[in-house]
Amino acid sequence: MYLALWRVLPGPVWVRVLIVTVLVVAVLAVLVEWVFPWAAETLLPQESTVGG
Amino acid sequence: MTENETVGGPDDSTKALEPTTETSPLSRRALREATRAEAARSVAPRRRVSVVGVLGELLITAGVVVMLFLGWYVWLNDIVAGNEQQQAAVEVQQELQDRWERGEGVAERPADPGEPVVAEPALAGEVFATLIVPRFGDDYTRPIAGGVDLRTVLNNRQIGIGHYLETQMPGEIGNFAVAAHRTTYGAPFADIAELRVGDLIYVETADGWYEYAFRGLEYVWPTAVQVLEPVPQAPQIDPTDRILTMTSCNPKFSSAERIIAYAVMENWYPRADGPPAALEGIVEASAS
Repeated sequence: MYLALWRVLPGPVWVRVLIVTVLVVAVLAVLVEWVFPWAAETLLPQESTVGG
Repeated sequence: MTENETVGGPDDSTKALEPTTETSPLSRRALREATRAEAARSVAPRRRVSVVGVLGELLITAGVVVMLFLGWYVWLNDIVAGNEQQQAAVEVQQELQDRWERGEGVAERPADPGEPVVAEPALAGEVFATLIVPRFGDDYTRPIAGGVDLRTVLNNRQIGIGHYLETQMPGEIGNFAVAAHRTTYGAPFADIAELRVGDLIYVETADGWYEYAFRGLEYVWPTAVQVLEPVPQAPQIDPTDRILTMTSCNPKFSSAERIIAYAVMENWYPRADGPPAALEGIVEASAS
């Protein structure tokens, strides 16, 4: 899968490395900004109040 | 014969690839070898994307994402949120000072100077105070907002501490109860179990500083709303003290129980007279 992705990418190796880096950073940003907060609230609720 | 196969074979193969009318045994064998070589060459780079391969890579990816999530959850987000809450609290202190100077939302000072000013009731989601706990760190200060809503207050990177709206306000006889996380989301009450009897805890509002002395810890079930009573755990008794109650989760990273910290108000410092000597440096921003 990743090998296929690597072959699909155009340009010489350094261009591909650049594209992959940008993609990885974008994926990490989406995870940290939206996916992780949602997962934390949904899967691991932390209650610190009484009653509720 | 062997010479022909090893040396002549590859040389002939390219020629043999072209459409040929030659039918000599040598060229036919060369053609066969050429097609075999061609087949071998094409198999190696054109590796098929297999289902198992894709599944394996997806599983590895999922594992890495889960590891990243846990790292973010217990470490990165905690540090980032903690710093942001600390930063926000310093700005809140400046804001409280400004509000006091403008005379906004500041309660009338009672005639008797010994009586503390009672803060105006807080609105849900509104930051109205900061908590200062030297035991939690030399410059520890975090914002307090009205309400204990998870999303808007307790998980908020700009707040962190929530005030139970049904309880009393600082300076009022009764119970000023607040909640905050002990782990994750900045964990304002991370060190709640480190409090020692007599530790001073300050609540700063636009009116001034309320000084509480820590009295003790209690471990209760999540349903123990009696800790929020004007006299905690004793609803039948008429309140005479001004109590600060802090609630958080116990054990760490769990919601099974609650840890409760009680403190009793001992002093209050009106803003007109400046912050208490113990807080110089901590409330530098608002004192300047």
